[in-house]
Amino acid sequence: MSKKSYSLFDKHSQALIYGNQTKAIQRMLDFDYICKREKPSVSAIINPTGGGPQQFFFGEKEILIPMYKTIGKALKFHKEIDIMINFASLRSAYESSLEAIKAKPIKTVVIIAEGILERKTRLLIANAKKNNTWIIGPATVGGICAGQFRIANTGGTLENIINSKLHRGGSFGLVTKSGGLSNEMYNVIAQNSDGIYEGVAIGGDAYPGSTLADHCLRFEKNPQIKAIVVLGEIGGLDEYEISEALIKKNITKPLVAWTAGTCAKEFTGEVQFGHAGAKTGSLKESADKKNKVLKKAGAIVPKSFNDIGKQINKVYKNLVSQKIIKPKKDLQPRAIPADFEDFKKHKKVRKPTQIISSISCDTGEEATYLGIPISKIVKDQNKGLGYVIGLLWFKKELPQFAAAYIEMILKTVADHGPCVSGALNTIVSARAGKDLVSSLVSGLLTIGPRFGGAIDGAAYYFFDAFNKDLNPRDFVAQMKQKGVNIPGIGHKVKSIKNPDKRVENLKNFAKKNFKNTDLLNYALEVEKITTSKKENLILNVDGVIAVTFIDMMKSLPEIFSQREIEKVIEIGSLNGLFVLGRSVGFIGHYFDQKRYKQGLYRFDTDDVLYLTKGKTN
Amino acid sequence: MAQVGIREFDGKNIIKQAANNNKAPLKIKSLLYKAGDSFLKLEKKHPFLKKEKLIVKPDQLFGRRGKYGLVGLNLDWPEVKKWIKQKSQKPFLINKAKDRLQYFIIEPFVKHKKEFYLSIETKRDFDQINFSYQGGIEIEKNWDKVIQIKADLLKGLKNSDLEKALKKDRNFEALKNFIAFIYKIFIDFNFTFLEINPFTIKKGVVYPLDVVLKVDDAAFWENSEIYQNIEIPVPFGRKISKEEQKIIRLDKKTGASLKLIVLNPKGRVWTMVAGGGASVIYTDTISDLGFGKELANYGEYSGDPSTLETYQYAKTILELMLKEKSPQGKILIIGGGIANFTDVAATFTGIIMALEEFREKIKQNKIKIFVRRGGPNYKEGLKKMKKAGEDFKIPIQVYGPQTHMTEVVNLALKNL
Repeated sequence: MSKKSYSLFDKHSQALIYGNQTKAIQRMLDFDYICKREKPSVSAIINPTGGGPQQFFFGEKEILIPMYKTIGKALKFHKEIDIMINFASLRSAYESSLEAIKAKPIKTVVIIAEGILERKTRLLIANAKKNNTWIIGPATVGGICAGQFRIANTGGTLENIINSKLHRGGSFGLVTKSGGLSNEMYNVIAQNSDGIYEGVAIGGDAYPGSTLADHCLRFEKNPQIKAIVVLGEIGGLDEYEISEALIKKNITKPLVAWTAGTCAKEFTGEVQFGHAGAKTGSLKESADKKNKVLKKAGAIVPKSFNDIGKQINKVYKNLVSQKIIKPKKDLQPRAIPADFEDFKKHKKVRKPTQIISSISCDTGEEATYLGIPISKIVKDQNKGLGYVIGLLWFKKELPQFAAAYIEMILKTVADHGPCVSGALNTIVSARAGKDLVSSLVSGLLTIGPRFGGAIDGAAYYFFDAFNKDLNPRDFVAQMKQKGVNIPGIGHKVKSIKNPDKRVENLKNFAKKNFKNTDLLNYALEVEKITTSKKENLILNVDGVIAVTFIDMMKSLPEIFSQREIEKVIEIGSLNGLFVLGRSVGFIGHYFDQKRYKQGLYRFDTDDVLYLTKGKTN
Repeated sequence: MAQVGIREFDGKNIIKQAANNNKAPLKIKSLLYKAGDSFLKLEKKHPFLKKEKLIVKPDQLFGRRGKYGLVGLNLDWPEVKKWIKQKSQKPFLINKAKDRLQYFIIEPFVKHKKEFYLSIETKRDFDQINFSYQGGIEIEKNWDKVIQIKADLLKGLKNSDLEKALKKDRNFEALKNFIAFIYKIFIDFNFTFLEINPFTIKKGVVYPLDVVLKVDDAAFWENSEIYQNIEIPVPFGRKISKEEQKIIRLDKKTGASLKLIVLNPKGRVWTMVAGGGASVIYTDTISDLGFGKELANYGEYSGDPSTLETYQYAKTILELMLKEKSPQGKILIIGGGIANFTDVAATFTGIIMALEEFREKIKQNKIKIFVRRGGPNYKEGLKKMKKAGEDFKIPIQVYGPQTHMTEVVNLALKNL
């Protein structure tokens, strides 16, 4: 990997990228691929906060690029690295650049950040001199060696790279201050010649890490480069150095130069242009003066920027006629697979989706529930949890009484003491040292046909019987015949004489607020029959929730069609009410155990009927 | 980054604070008066005004005040007040720039004989310290007597260099310590240029009489404890309009770059160009093609501004264009090079929003619009622009990277 001193980056260069700039890195790899580079040009990434290797594409193949926390570590594992592209912010770019400058294998440091203190840049320059390292930047997009190596985003899109013939080498060396204009100039040069061999944007600061003249002298030494184009700018005295080099014959290749900022004469007083180093004021640093000096020294200076293409074309034709440039056949770039994201944006691809969501959406400015922005719901004090459940479970905007009814159910089922099986499981898990989610789930897993999970069943059987116009007596008889206990009927301790207050509350609410209580009335007829057989076969909480919920829906025929009511029951939404409500209680029991630091629970042997005897030795 | 001048008053204050912290023998007593403020309040706050002989000068970043007759020397307080009233009445012409005098620095008059000179400039590879035993207003005539000391960036200012340069007279210690102290704060506070001309020494105490200071504007965050309350004054003669002020505020808030300078509000050629480099070249081309008199503004937007920021920027330019009527109409060049990574379609969306808002007025005022841009997503961006022209029924001509960057200026100016 012998590199000539005039070459800062070429087809052998391997880069270290400081900062996880995935887009810029992918752009470099895409460039490598279309140019048929053998090896991707990025060796490693530095991310001071750490992280694992990163995935990128090299053509259609996916590759991993390792990531390190420090420059030192990356260099230890990647002896091939010779250039660092520093994306660190203006606040931290100094330290990382200094480290890279001092690191032996790194020959070139590119600093992207804009706004670094002048003194810090000057210190970097002094250190670079001492260590024989080149700096490109700060405040730059970088540079490019056509067909060989691309610094970060230089050259823009792949389409532009190919249009500007950057995928294969030409004969021109370009150096500009501005990064944006460098890209423009690649295009201008490509349209008027065989394109560039290498281009560098040195950045708009008053003290760039390397100067226009530095690069011109480097281009002079490179035998591949046959002509030089310089785009300077008002401010600074760099262009004088180029003039001197021309006069002293240190630069002998044709040199087309233009200094931007001739408009300064239209301004009164001092004006700061877009680049930090571009300031009006001194006559010596004015663009007009510098253009004159360059011309006098032998540079080809167009009348205005508008003519720069023509001048480049003249130089090119001249060099061709002198046989200094031999026109080469154009190389075809290797085609790169299109980016899915890109294609998607332009609606050029389709693919089947993986999941459906009809209740909420997070692709707009703000996430929505059923199309209503969350903030709007939160702001409205009349819209509570019941309303949100209406939107997300039933896809309906429920009127206030219905939303209030859902909240009433949740309040009713929130807890029923520590002894019910679900709560007990939660408590046992909590005391075994399990976390919140595990303990909660342990309780939830208990919910089923015998504990809390009878709402859907009750709803199904009552609704079915009601729809079939089955009289209550026949319904009870048929269920007995099938050998099925009617879900929603029966309680362990409550009876007609000792009614369940929770059931009473829900019943009263329904009677008062619902237009229609047909199902409830039907269920109460059934209850009359069952309780006549056994006192505790009352309509229990599950049962009353099931039938009143159906009544609620039937009271809103403009919102729920018959088919939709069936669907609600069919997909098991009603059990959800118990699961959600009781989770509140389970979580409470979990906290309760932690609050009192309860130790591991062990069941008392007295409470076990042992059917086999233990051995006593 | 950019170098900015700060007021003499602020510069002296910074030096004074640093001297206090470092116990350097140095005396500075100065105050700033803004035309229109109460003299009464000032004299209550600073009793020395009524007790001592004073010196008064405008503090608005231009030099050679003595030569313009703008130094009031050895005056008492009533004379100073009269002097200020008289000088702030009508505009002054300084270096082709006409403006009112608004800020004055007032200090006790220090009687002295010896006038020393000190300046520090930054060069690429070193700092240059210029010192002279013959300071004062004739410094340029006496430049051959200036002693120049180079301070290496990595090794710093060598004590021996300083000692070699100075005469071994009674001021030797005072001068040596003073120069070393000033150079230290020059580095620590990120000054980019400093000139103290003259300063004098009395009984070992240094009196900086006239100070010019420029600061690296990146230091406003790096050394925020020093610069947080210091405002960057507008150059003498530059009026900052409401609209320019708006862009300055917008620029401060964003990570992108938004710049706007109105050169001639009556001008008929307006630009809105993306990129620090391209914007200069567009403006150049207008000037080079002989339309400098019609050039209305210099401006630049870059660093991937958001849609909303571009909208506000475009809106401001359109508002300015509509302020002055011109029966022959005006042109607006929405230009730019081939972007490296800025999404052209996204930035154009903001501009189109502004065009839509002003569509009727654009028609009424016969504004023609010329667009040229390349870069990521440029095809979509240009298509959107073209469609905007058709939808809003305003004349927009659209060019891509196949057209030379500044050719659009040529095409546009033919329509003027």
